[in-house]
Amino acid sequence: MAGGFGGGATVSRTFAPVRNWLLLPSWAVIGIFLVVPVGIMLVYSFLTKEFRGGVIWEFSLAAYDQFIFDRGLFGDEAPTIEWTYITIFLRSIIQALVATVFCLVIGFPTAYFIATREPASRSIWLFLITVPYWVNLLIRTVSMKFLIRDNGPLNEFLLWTGVISEPLALVNTNLAVQLGLFYSYLPFMVLPIYASVERYNFALSEAAADLYADRWTTLRQILLPAVRPGIIAGCILVFVPSLGAFLAPDLLGGAKNFMIGSLIEEQFKGNAGNWPFGAAASMILLTMVLIVLMFYARQQSRADQGGR
Amino acid sequence: MAAKIGKTSFDIRRYPGFLPVTIICLIILYAPLIVVMVYSFNDSQSITIWGGFSLRWYVDVFSGLEAEKFKSAAWVSLSIATMAAIASTVIATAAAVAMVRGGSFRGKHATFALISLPIMMPEIVTAVATLIFFSAIGFTRGYATILVAHIVFCIPFAYLPISARLQGIEGTFEEAAQDLYASRAQAFWHVLMPLMAPGIIAGFLLAFIISLDDFIITNFVKGAGIETLPTAIFGSVKQGIKPNIMALSTLMLLISIIFVTISYFVSKMGEKAR
Repeated sequence: MAGGFGGGATVSRTFAPVRNWLLLPSWAVIGIFLVVPVGIMLVYSFLTKEFRGGVIWEFSLAAYDQFIFDRGLFGDEAPTIEWTYITIFLRSIIQALVATVFCLVIGFPTAYFIATREPASRSIWLFLITVPYWVNLLIRTVSMKFLIRDNGPLNEFLLWTGVISEPLALVNTNLAVQLGLFYSYLPFMVLPIYASVERYNFALSEAAADLYADRWTTLRQILLPAVRPGIIAGCILVFVPSLGAFLAPDLLGGAKNFMIGSLIEEQFKGNAGNWPFGAAASMILLTMVLIVLMFYARQQSRADQGGR
Repeated sequence: MAAKIGKTSFDIRRYPGFLPVTIICLIILYAPLIVVMVYSFNDSQSITIWGGFSLRWYVDVFSGLEAEKFKSAAWVSLSIATMAAIASTVIATAAAVAMVRGGSFRGKHATFALISLPIMMPEIVTAVATLIFFSAIGFTRGYATILVAHIVFCIPFAYLPISARLQGIEGTFEEAAQDLYASRAQAFWHVLMPLMAPGIIAGFLLAFIISLDDFIITNFVKGAGIETLPTAIFGSVKQGIKPNIMALSTLMLLISIIFVTISYFVSKMGEKAR
């Protein structure tokens, strides 16, 4: 993961004396407007809710308690496990996992195919894969909804070809959300896998073939272990944003397929207006993401030490 | 390649079926965009029936019922994207010079983590934290809060191409300049800046597109009565996809594609110049 700095051909320290001045704007801007806000958000998650949005400055564990327990409308009944929010979190994890697998199954062959082209055509293929990523995510999601809706072009086409006799009801299903997530984050899977296949030494595959391994054995036993870091990076880059996604579940999933993103949004924009609860849900989401990223960082440093 | 070695009778690098998967992949990526582009030229009130080719919905975007809303939203979007991209590119350039040319120092990893933080954090969490922050300090939400939030999350996107470019430039250039009695500032402006230019341009374009694209964070910090293009489109789409939205989407899509193409060629030119 040394990609961020260092590395240059010669290590130059020309700007070392003014280093702190050059870094000051980044420290200040990100520190004040992102790190401090996360701290305040953590504090807010332990406060009491104000009914029309906002908080009352009184310590309370209600936000986290509400997540797990149901104490009745007035909070005086014996606590039972409240499944609503746990279900939403579990659903988000499953949706994000399915989208990741989906991206891997399509993304790996694509990345491999591109990485084994001639260098000149390689960059064109890569360009084709990355262009949709730069198109507004909202517009892409709306386009997907337009394509797959009940009397939309996809259904018309399938009816016309005779593959189906009834339009498929795709919108507002889990499948639509997975398709939307897949569509949103596919390039994140392709690019890191591409980078590691490009570095792969194909002499290893040739050696395996000389020893009478067939293509698929070579793929499983030689290639896949060698490009594992790229696959892991791709999976994380798809899983993390999918977990907190808002647009795909909101526009393609409808109310039945609520994910964490919509749950959080509703606390601040909708009528539910429970800021401490929204802050707590955000903290839980952030913690989950940090755990995944730490796991990733450990994997990477292990891979680097492994002396590839 | 493998064929030349002789013993293997097939090319070990090729896997049957990978080309079709790649094509399926591209179809999934492009089909929705192409369909919307095509239907934006549809001369029909209904979005389902094809009524022949027409530009009426493009006219509608600029002079129809919602034209005023789109115009002011476009102005907010473009002015914020420009300012956020300039500010974040300046901040990121300074940071990249310090990180790549500042030797090693305590807190280098922490600084890198801090700069990457806006990419690492889920967008919705950034949105919530920023909203709560402005509310806690009693700052009214509006144009200024959108701008500040955009500068923050554009920094890493500007930083990555700039620092990548700087890493590829040999340190001997500015050292030679300093040997010839150029001050550090002169070495930076006259030697390092021109060499870094492709990276800086790529970083700026990336930051611009990222700002123009953002929906979630903007939606949280914008306050009432102000819209950017994505929030205006989202508001419209909630009541159903209308043909004028498809025309507007097609226009935004073209802007994105033009920007990405420019940034692609700028970085290609940079590679050749080296």
